[in-house]
Amino acid sequence: MSEGFERRRGGGAVATFTGLEADLLRSLASQLVELLRNEVATPATGDDPLEQLLDFSGPTSAPDDPVLARLLPTAYPDDEEAAGEFRRYTEPSLRDSKADAATAVVRTLEEAGLPTEVGDDRLVVDVELDGGDAVTWLRSFTDIRLALATRLGIEDDDEDRWLALPDEDPRAPVFDIYQWVGYLQETLVAALSR
Amino acid sequence: MSAPSPVELDQPETEDLTLLDTPWVTIVWNDPVNLMSYVTFVFSTYFGYSRKKAEKLMLEVHQDGRSVVSTGSREEMERDVQAMHEYGLWATMQKADAP
Repeated sequence: MSEGFERRRGGGAVATFTGLEADLLRSLASQLVELLRNEVATPATGDDPLEQLLDFSGPTSAPDDPVLARLLPTAYPDDEEAAGEFRRYTEPSLRDSKADAATAVVRTLEEAGLPTEVGDDRLVVDVELDGGDAVTWLRSFTDIRLALATRLGIEDDDEDRWLALPDEDPRAPVFDIYQWVGYLQETLVAALSR
Repeated sequence: MSAPSPVELDQPETEDLTLLDTPWVTIVWNDPVNLMSYVTFVFSTYFGYSRKKAEKLMLEVHQDGRSVVSTGSREEMERDVQAMHEYGLWATMQKADAP
């Protein structure tokens, strides 16, 4: 079991993961990329096919999926028109920046020796992040935790409710993963702040 | 560059702004997910705030449910809001005199 991140000499952070842990992180980051890239950001258009073809802009309304709605929030809560304009210009790049961060996490894990299929249960993956990589990982940990929390329906100060779930409840292992990623994030912030 | 939030009203940038149009503000809202340490880290890393000021703003978010984290022109606040969204914080913007 990984003890999380520690300060790296010269800045950044290091951590050691088991193959299964690294594989789990890769799977979570990959799902995030898929979610951000797959649910197409369709602009609100009229019926005119020419107008639709000529419209290269982004979407103007918030995504239907609650996870995406939380990852890509509305900037102007009381002004629908300004919110739509802002979203149209910023949502595509926000999606890209989040997907790029998650892709970077996957790439770092694989460069550190995580194979496509984890067969050997003695596999150890040593990850070394410089200061910039570490912030990218922090951002991606946040997105992963926001996604898991939104799917679970986590609210303020309801930890006891989740910890009391019986083992056979399918949400119990998801909550464990949510807490584990939170632990990793906490150690990474500490490694950068000290 | 965005001006500091009203916590440090003695900064010259904020005084200049009051002579122009109504300034805008970036508000960060509480959410049940983000870690207090991470929110503090984001405020000090992105805005360049001191650890003390970043912690004060984080505690406002945590305890009051929201905090004004920066003040400036509309364009500057749009940049700050997008940056907060990149960090996964829940941020919105409005005119400084809005209720």
